[in-house]
Amino acid sequence: MVLKWLSFRQLPGADVPIQIQENDFDVSAEIANLRKGDPRVGAVVTFLGTVRDMNDGSQVKGMTLEHYPGMTEKALQEILDQAKARWDIYQTLVIHRVGPLMPEDQIVLVAVTSAHRGEAFTACEFIMDYLKTAAPFWKKEDTPDGTRWVDARVTDEAAMARWVKK
Amino acid sequence: MKLELRFFASLREALGVSQEGLTIPDSIKTIADLRNYLTQRGNPWSEVLADGKVLRCALNQHMVDANAPLQDGAEVAFFPPVTGG
Repeated sequence: MVLKWLSFRQLPGADVPIQIQENDFDVSAEIANLRKGDPRVGAVVTFLGTVRDMNDGSQVKGMTLEHYPGMTEKALQEILDQAKARWDIYQTLVIHRVGPLMPEDQIVLVAVTSAHRGEAFTACEFIMDYLKTAAPFWKKEDTPDGTRWVDARVTDEAAMARWVKK
Repeated sequence: MKLELRFFASLREALGVSQEGLTIPDSIKTIADLRNYLTQRGNPWSEVLADGKVLRCALNQHMVDANAPLQDGAEVAFFPPVTGG
């Protein structure tokens, strides 16, 4: 009973801008909560990542996400702080699931509010690109040939490098 | 100097260790020194932490490069490049 009450209470997430959890999340509830009570907001941009059933030419039956508790939250907080310092945005939210996931499952949600769409679009893309290369998560896929750790992509490093100030 | 080591994902599996406390000699001053020191344990350490292997390191839960100096009591983590999102 207590656990149920706690998980229900944590569903709206604006007070908890970083959430690492096994449970699924409700995108529209999270967006509603993020912008609630802030009439300055004129734009909400979200990115939702989901599990594909194919990767590197193999069928993916499922995957398990591992992370580094403690560092994960710190890394994400640093990313959000950088985004807030660089763009004129109001609220930010990152929800990332860990543990076992199946194709079509939601994995990650990034949401950003701002007065106008431009800043929110850019900040959301920045947060996602940084998360891909700096937040300590690892995917292990279950394929017909057995399990395998996913290799990092060079394209993710290139996407992150775009944001480094010259 | 005493350190708390952490290993994640494919490294954790290949080494068969997720966490260990370790006292290192004074000559080990940086992350790179520590990595080299651990490879001297022989297999699987020499293979998993070999120079050519691309891996990442965190010092007290912040990503650092190989030149980062170690501090007494630090938490040092080794892991493969991240693949979240």
